[in-house]
Amino acid sequence: MKAFFDWADQRTGYKKLVHETLYENVPGGARWRYVWGSTLAFCFSIQVITGLALWVAYSAGSQTAWESVYYIQHEMWGGWFLRGLHHYTAQAMTVLLVFHLMQVVIDGAYKAPREINFWSGVVLLLLVLALSLTGYLLPWDQKGFWATKVATSIAAITPFIGPELQKLVVGGSDYGHHTLTRFFALHAGVIPGVIIAFIVAHIYLFRRHGLTPKEPRRRPDAAFWPDQVLRDAVACLAVLLVVVFFIIRYRGAELGAPADASEQFSAARPEWYFLFLFQLLKYFPGGTEIWGAIVIPALLMGVLIAMPFVGKWKLGHRFNLGFLWAMLAGVGLLTYLARTEDAASPEFILAVHSAERDAARVIVLAQSPDGIPTAGAVTLLRNDALTQGPKLFAKNCASCHRYDGHDGLGSQPKDKISASDLKGFASREWIAGLLDPARVDSLHYFGGAKQKTGKMVKFVKEDIAEFDAAQKAQLQKLIIGLSAEAGLKAQSAADTRDAVVIAEGRKLVSSTAMNCTDCHKFHAAGTEDPSAPDLTGYGSREWLLAFISDPSHARFYGERNDRMPAYGPDKILTAAEIGLVTDWLRGEWYEPKADPLPNLIPPPRRASSN
Amino acid sequence: MASHDCPHCPPPTPPDDRRSFLAKAAAIIIGGALAITAPVAGLFVFLDPLRRKSDSGGAVLVASLNALPENGEPRKFSVLATRVDAWNRSPNVPIGAVYLQRVGDKVRALNVVCPHAGCFVDYRSAKNHFFCPCHNSSFALDGQVQDPKSPSPRGLDDLVVEIRNGTEVWVKFQNFRAGTHDKIPV
Ligand code: FES
Repeated sequence: MKAFFDWADQRTGYKKLVHETLYENVPGGARWRYVWGSTLAFCFSIQVITGLALWVAYSAGSQTAWESVYYIQHEMWGGWFLRGLHHYTAQAMTVLLVFHLMQVVIDGAYKAPREINFWSGVVLLLLVLALSLTGYLLPWDQKGFWATKVATSIAAITPFIGPELQKLVVGGSDYGHHTLTRFFALHAGVIPGVIIAFIVAHIYLFRRHGLTPKEPRRRPDAAFWPDQVLRDAVACLAVLLVVVFFIIRYRGAELGAPADASEQFSAARPEWYFLFLFQLLKYFPGGTEIWGAIVIPALLMGVLIAMPFVGKWKLGHRFNLGFLWAMLAGVGLLTYLARTEDAASPEFILAVHSAERDAARVIVLAQSPDGIPTAGAVTLLRNDALTQGPKLFAKNCASCHRYDGHDGLGSQPKDKISASDLKGFASREWIAGLLDPARVDSLHYFGGAKQKTGKMVKFVKEDIAEFDAAQKAQLQKLIIGLSAEAGLKAQSAADTRDAVVIAEGRKLVSSTAMNCTDCHKFHAAGTEDPSAPDLTGYGSREWLLAFISDPSHARFYGERNDRMPAYGPDKILTAAEIGLVTDWLRGEWYEPKADPLPNLIPPPRRASSN
Repeated sequence: MASHDCPHCPPPTPPDDRRSFLAKAAAIIIGGALAITAPVAGLFVFLDPLRRKSDSGGAVLVASLNALPENGEPRKFSVLATRVDAWNRSPNVPIGAVYLQRVGDKVRALNVVCPHAGCFVDYRSAKNHFFCPCHNSSFALDGQVQDPKSPSPRGLDDLVVEIRNGTEVWVKFQNFRAGTHDKIPV
């Protein structure tokens, strides 16, 4: 064996290299404060390895980026852990870079002859931030999409070359395939390549000039191996443990709903360590943006780069230290302000909730038997009744109606309720309430509408109020029979169970005893000239589609219609949109049957981690 | 290996100045040509987006007049048109969104994109104004900047609207450059 190593050493000289690496002199002996560089090298190697592994499964394109990341996260073995490792190590790197910078400045390690090494470190800092910025877009989710849009819009105000620069970065004038291919090329190819070159230079220069010892030296000089190596290893382990803690705690990295330029996203925020820049922009009124976005950050960078020169001056080191602390305090303060401002904004909190809801929902849809169509996952939410129904309701119906007391999305509309609350429309409970003398003219039903003074309310308040026990029992059956017309998914078990009662109930609706058919039509029964909506198929999909489309149709309210517009003929909603509201009101949307098989898939994600 | 390591090799001859100059020049020229071929080939493709124009075509039917509240409250609509994304052409997909509102018997259309840095502006009915959830720009109903401290350099971008056949609201949809005082189409 020895013969082989000697043979190899004669041809490569590796022994000398290993010796130099391990027996590098550490002036004053091993210390914890020297570990930062090693932790960064460790993190970078994790990023390269996890990045390559992600690359194996990632596909840059507007219909494939989110989809492939979804697949990594939710379908591939341990994909969520891999993404989590990449995501949280990136964050750890940013924190460690700041620690490393602090240590270098505090120890005066930027001074001659180490200027060039210091600058290469500053460049590395910027390159790592660029990695983070480009990586944020790659999952092509709403958050990354909108936050990156802010960043590329800012690129456009760069003097002289702004608009061209923006086009080159975005790969055209709009976000699309080429934005992703470009960001991916930068993120996975160009920037890491440059970083590797700079790391080599950085370590070479570091070895050339040696460590900057922290005075006073407490112990005699020692070799790098084993004491400093042990300390470095322990520090790397600590970093890894923190990262793993976050991965487990938050079930890997977040994946929002697929990017959609036409879908409002008010929860757009950059990664937490860019929040200070984001906050800074708020303080520059129209036209002065360039100061916050470019000039001030550039000046701060300028001072950082000038540190080696400033350090030569008698008070220079003090100044540098003061500057560093002031800059960190400023960044901290701005981050804190951004955070507290968001936490105090009900709109922002609502936006985050709806973002989380969409994110969770799209996963459910992607895992449905239909899967993700080739047009991309963005179409899943666009065609989903549970997602679109409430939005359409809030926009088109909630100025009069309510859904469980709100506008469908959880807010209170400006106008007072003036038509029925449609939560559970046509269900047994809902009809029971309508036929309850105490409730029929409440705001929940007809209290706010023209029908308040109509025949139905009168009938309920006068006739039904007088019902004896036997009639009340019949009324119960009638309700069950009528509600079965709707064929609601939520009632299907009860409807199957109560088939006999339903048959009786239907007869009661048609019977003259109950008086329904005096005004309504019900299948074959009822007047020739009904003055109230046809109850045949009441609340069924077909009935509700036709009703929303045109409530003034003779089949429904005819001329007695109150204010409700004819959404179909008046082209207020498309047929597809009416379908979505109808399905949502009827509780008809895709739900997974049972829990998917237990595997390495993490449970649905939690509240945002940052 | 450097020549002094080789005991049998003749010592290097001092270069002849003229020949050496030619050799250097030739080496530099050939080396230069070798070095630039690949980068130049790459540069063309890299710069290609500069000649791409946004396909802001003609007017698109966005909504029916009936869908707009009489009281002039803005409503948000997706703009459906043919979207060209590099090699893909997708007809009838959302390419953006607008706020439409009645102004007398006319209709005003505002692009939802904030002219500051591109966020999606929110209509807040409680305050009856537009508000950008990113850096807090606020805009009046007509799109003008409301709070002078707003970071947006201009008001919301209004778009050309045409009413056809009595009730059809057609909008000439366009995006504009963010961060500039003037409205420059992209
Ligand atoms: S993007 Fe609207 S205020 Fe900045």
